[in-house]
Amino acid sequence: MSSSTPIIDIREVRKTYDDGPAALDGLSLTVRAGEALAVLGPSGSGKSTLLNLIAGLDRPTGGSVTVDGVRVDQLGETGSARFRRERIGMVFQFFNLLDDLTVTDNVLLPSQLVGAGRAQARARAAELLDLLGIARHARAYPGRLSGGERQRVAVARALMNRPALLLADEPTGALDTASGAEVRELLTELNDDGQTILLVTHDLALAEACASRTIELVDGHIVRDVGGGGTAARPGRGHGGHADGTAGGSAAVAR
Amino acid sequence: MSALGKVVRAGVGRRRVQTVVMVLTTMTAVTASIMAGGLVVASRAPFDHAFAEQHGAHLTGRFDGTKATGAQIAATAHTAGVTAAAGPFAVVSASPRFASDGMVMEGLPPLTIAGRAAGGGPVDAVTLDQGHWVTGPGQIVLTKAEDGPVMGRVGGTVSFPGLPGKPSLTIVGLARSVSRTADAWVAPAEIPALTGPRATPSYEMLYRFAHAGTGAELSRDRDALAAAVPRGALTGTASYLATKHTADQETATFVPFIVAFGVLGLVMSVLIIGIVVSGAVSAGTRRIGVLKSLGLTPGQVGRAYVGQALIPATVGTASGVVVGNLASVPLLAQASDAYGAASLTVAWWLDLAVPAGVLALVVASALAPALRAARLRTVEALAIGRTPRVGRGRLAARLASRLPLSRALTLGLAGPFARPARSATIWAAVAFGAIGVTFAFGLGSSLSAIQNGLNRDAPGEVAVDTFAPPSGPPPGGGPSHRPAPADAAAVGRAIAAQSGTAGYFGTGHQRATFTGVPGAVDVTTYRGDSSWGALQMVSGHWLDGPRQLVVGRRFLEAAGKHVGDTVTLEGDGRSVQMRIVGEALTVDGSGMRVAADTAAFTALGADTRPDTYQVHLAHGTDRAAYLRDLNTALRPVGVTAVGQSSQVSGTVIAMDTMIAMLTVMLVAVAGLGVLNTVVLDTRERVHDLGVMKALGMAPRQTVAMVVTSVAGIGAVAGVVGVPLGIALHDYVIPAMGTAAGTHIPPSDLHVYHPLPVLLLALSGLAIAVAGALLPATWSARTSTASSLRTE
Ligand SMILES: Nc1ncnc2c1ncn2[C@@H]1O[C@H](COP(=O)(O)OP(=O)(O)OP(=O)(O)O)[C@@H](O)[C@H]1O
Ligand SMILES: [Mg+2]
Repeated sequence: MSSSTPIIDIREVRKTYDDGPAALDGLSLTVRAGEALAVLGPSGSGKSTLLNLIAGLDRPTGGSVTVDGVRVDQLGETGSARFRRERIGMVFQFFNLLDDLTVTDNVLLPSQLVGAGRAQARARAAELLDLLGIARHARAYPGRLSGGERQRVAVARALMNRPALLLADEPTGALDTASGAEVRELLTELNDDGQTILLVTHDLALAEACASRTIELVDGHIVRDVGGGGTAARPGRGHGGHADGTAGGSAAVAR
Repeated sequence: MSALGKVVRAGVGRRRVQTVVMVLTTMTAVTASIMAGGLVVASRAPFDHAFAEQHGAHLTGRFDGTKATGAQIAATAHTAGVTAAAGPFAVVSASPRFASDGMVMEGLPPLTIAGRAAGGGPVDAVTLDQGHWVTGPGQIVLTKAEDGPVMGRVGGTVSFPGLPGKPSLTIVGLARSVSRTADAWVAPAEIPALTGPRATPSYEMLYRFAHAGTGAELSRDRDALAAAVPRGALTGTASYLATKHTADQETATFVPFIVAFGVLGLVMSVLIIGIVVSGAVSAGTRRIGVLKSLGLTPGQVGRAYVGQALIPATVGTASGVVVGNLASVPLLAQASDAYGAASLTVAWWLDLAVPAGVLALVVASALAPALRAARLRTVEALAIGRTPRVGRGRLAARLASRLPLSRALTLGLAGPFARPARSATIWAAVAFGAIGVTFAFGLGSSLSAIQNGLNRDAPGEVAVDTFAPPSGPPPGGGPSHRPAPADAAAVGRAIAAQSGTAGYFGTGHQRATFTGVPGAVDVTTYRGDSSWGALQMVSGHWLDGPRQLVVGRRFLEAAGKHVGDTVTLEGDGRSVQMRIVGEALTVDGSGMRVAADTAAFTALGADTRPDTYQVHLAHGTDRAAYLRDLNTALRPVGVTAVGQSSQVSGTVIAMDTMIAMLTVMLVAVAGLGVLNTVVLDTRERVHDLGVMKALGMAPRQTVAMVVTSVAGIGAVAGVVGVPLGIALHDYVIPAMGTAAGTHIPPSDLHVYHPLPVLLLALSGLAIAVAGALLPATWSARTSTASSLRTE
C-alpha cells in the first residue's frame, strides 16, 4: 500500500441536525494510509459527528465522504453495514461491549457477522486477546473487567476483521491515568505497525503520543492542522520501526 | 403544571410507540371483551332478552267471535293481573301456495294469519327483518322461519287457492315474533277476503301479566281470562313457556362454544393488559431511579406511573367501547339468527363493567411494578439496564452460539432467556392465540362435517318423489292433504334402467311405537342398498339386513337400550323384534328419529312403498342431462326427478361468522402483545443494537435477530397451544352435541389431521413473527449514531 493513497477523502462536508446550526460546516479532509490522525476540539465542535460520517453511521447533509475508495455517503443501510464490518474498526469512550456475551464472543462478533470460518475466527480472536494481554479473561464477561481491560477487548473486537481504518472516539475518556496510558501505548503500537487510525480525543497526551497528525475542530471547521505534511511528522517515530522495542509484541496484530 | 404532572405528561408524550401500543391494546382488549361478553350474556337467555325487548305475549288468547263481541274481548285487557294487552286482532287460517322463480310450493300446512295494522304495540312488538309492515290491502308480512327454508321472499307472492276468489297477496316484509303469535300478518281490512265461507270469525288477544313465571301462574291467568268473557268464548291459549323451552334448547347448543371463546377472549384481554402495562412500567425502572434521585417519594412515583398508564388506557378503553359495540352488531345479528331470536344488543351493564374492569386492571398492572421499582434502592434502580444481569440466560447464549446458524439468529434465539418473566408472559399470550386458532379450526371443521352428516338424510344427487302433484285445489280449502301416490315400483324401475345411475334406494316414512319408548316415533324406512347413503355413525354399523334399526342418542336413552340390543316394534296387535345395529348422528324429531330396514314394517302389514327415491350418480355423469333423460322416462308415471344439493344451514353460517370474528380478535390481541414486548425489548436494548450495527450488522440481520428473539417463544407456544386447543375442541363439540341431543360421530370429531396440525403448530410462530416484524424493522431503521448516544 502506498503511503500517499488517501484512505479518507472528505470534501466540503456539511451536517446539520434538524434545522440546528451546522455541526460540520463545509469541512474537507484527506487522510493517507498509515497516518494516525488525532481530532481535537471543544465539546460540541462536531468531532463525533465527523467520525459517524466516516463510519457510515450517519449521512452528511452535503458533500462527499470517500473511505478506502468507497463513497460512504452514498451507501444504503445494508451497504454501510457491510462497509463497516469489512473495513472499519470502532472503539468508543464507554467500550460498548455487549454485557451478555463473554469477552471472546464479543471479539468474535465482527467475524461472525461477515460469516467467516469458525475455526479461523477463533484462532484470530485468541491471537488478538493474547497479544493485547487479556487472554486470561477470554471466558469472562465484560462486567468483571477493569476499564482498561474492557477497552482492550473493544480494540481487539475492532481489529478482528483487519480493518483498513480504526476509528476511536475518546478511547481514554472513561479511563483512569494508568489505564489510559495502557490504551495509549496500544494505539501507538498499532499505528507503528501500519494501522491507519483516526482518533477523537480531549486527551492531549494521547494525541501527542499517538498521532502523526493533529487537527482541531471548532464549530464544525478545521481551525488547525499540524503534522500532515510528512510521513514521519511525529518526532522519533517512523513507520514500521520498533525504535523503542515496546511494540514488539504487537507486530502481528494489525496485519 | 405540577412537577408530577410534567413527569406524567413527558412519560406519555416521549414514548409514542409505547403510548400507541397501550391505546391499541386496551382498545382491542375492551373490544374483544365486549364482543365476547356480549355473546356470552346474550347466549345466557336470548329468548328472554328478545322476549323482553319485544314485550312478548305471555299468553295468546283465541276467542270465538260468535260467542263474544269485540268489545267484550277487548275488555279482557282490564282483567286482574294483566299488565299490558294488544288486540283483539281478527285471525284466519288458510293454506298458502307460494310461487317464486318458477317454483311452486303447495300442500303446506295452513298459516295462522292475523289482521294487524301495526307491528309495534304494548305487547308482541314484532321485529321486521326485511321490508316493511303492511300498509294496505293486497300485502302480507310473513314470520321468518328460524331454521327451515324461507317460504317466500319480499316481493314474492302468496296465494290461497282454497279460498273463494283465490286471493293473492304480495309479501312486503319478513318479521320475527318471539312469542309466535301468528305466522303472517295482513291489514285488518284484508281478513274478510281470507275468510272461508264456513269459517267462524275468530280473534286473538295478546297479554302480559304481572305473574307469569310458571305454568301454574299462567293457568291462573288463563282462568281469569276465561271468566271475563262469556262461557266457551276463550277457545284456546298459547303460553310463551312452550316456545321458550324450544328456543332455550336451541340456544343450549351454542353455549359451550360461545363460553369457550368468551373465556379465551377475557383471559387474553387480562393477560395482554398485564403484559403491556407492567412491561411499560418495568421498562421505566431506570427513569424511576432518576426520578427518585431527584426526590420523588415512592407514592409519587406510583401515582406518576399509574397516571402515565391511565391516559392512553382511558383513550383506548373509550374507543374500545365504541368499536366493541359496533363490531357486536353483526356478531349479535348472527347470534340472533342462530338462536332464532329477535335482534340482540350488548347488555348495557357490560359497557360499564368492561371499561371499569379494564381500567382497574391497568391501575393494578401499573402500580405493582411501579411500587416495586420505587422501593428499590435508588442506586439499584439507576443501575438497571447499565450493569449486566449476572448469570441470566448465559448458558442459553452459549448453547445457542454453538448452533450452526448465522450469528444474528443465535443471538436472537438466546434473547428470551435473558428476560424469563417477560418471555413467559409473551409465551402465554401467543399460546392463547394458538389455542384460539386451533380451536376455531377444529370447530369450523367439525361443524361442517356435522352439517354434512345431518344432510345425509337426503344423500342423493337426485331425488324422486313418488307422489304426483295434486291435480287441483283441495276441496273446501282444508288443511294439507296427501297427494296421490304414483306407482313407486315403476319409478324404481325407471331409475334402475337409466344410464348414469350408480345406486338408488327408496325411503318411506312411518310413525311407529316401540315397547318401552314413550310416544310415537318417526321412522324412516330404507328399501334397497342404502350403504352409499348411510347416516354418519357414532357406533355400530349402518343397516345391512332385515329387521335392523339405526337410532339416535335420544332414542337409546329413552328406551334404555344400547347398540346390539333388540327392541319390539308394535303395530295392530302384531309385533316384530328389531335389532339396534348402530347409533347415528341425528337431531331430527328431537333426536328421536329412527332409520329402519323396511322388512319389519312389511311384516307388520304397513304400506312401505317408498315416498322418495335417492339416486347416486356414476362418476362423471352430467346431472342436468341425467335429469332430462330420467324425467322423460318418468313422465308416464307422473312424477318428477329433481337435483338435490347439500344445503348449508343458516346456523352453520352464523357459527362460522362468529368463529371467524372471534379468532381474528384473539390473534390480533396476541399479535399486539408480541408487538408490545418487542417494542420494549428493542427499546431497552437500543444501545446494544446500535453497537452491533456499528460493528456492521446489516438491517436484514437486525430484523432477523429481533424476530428470532420471539420466534422461538412463538414456536414453542404454538406447539403447546395446539394440543390445548384440540383438548378444548374435544370437550366443547361433544358438549354441544349433548345439548342438541346427539353424540358426535368420531369422524366429525377427529378433524385434526397431520397436515393441519402441523400448520396450526406453526400458528404460534406466525403470530410471533407477525407481531415482531414491525418493531424489528423500526429498530433496524433507528439511526445507529443516535442509538449509540442513548445511555
Ligand atoms: N443526533 C443528534 N441530533 C441533534 N443534534 C446533534 C446530534 N448529534 C450531535 N448533535 C449536535 O451536533 C453538534 C456536534 O456534536 P458532536 O457530538 O459531534 O460533538 P463532539 O465534538 O463530539 O462533542 P463532545 O466532545 O462533547 O463529544 C452538537 O451541537 C450536538 O448538539
Ligand atoms: Mg463526541
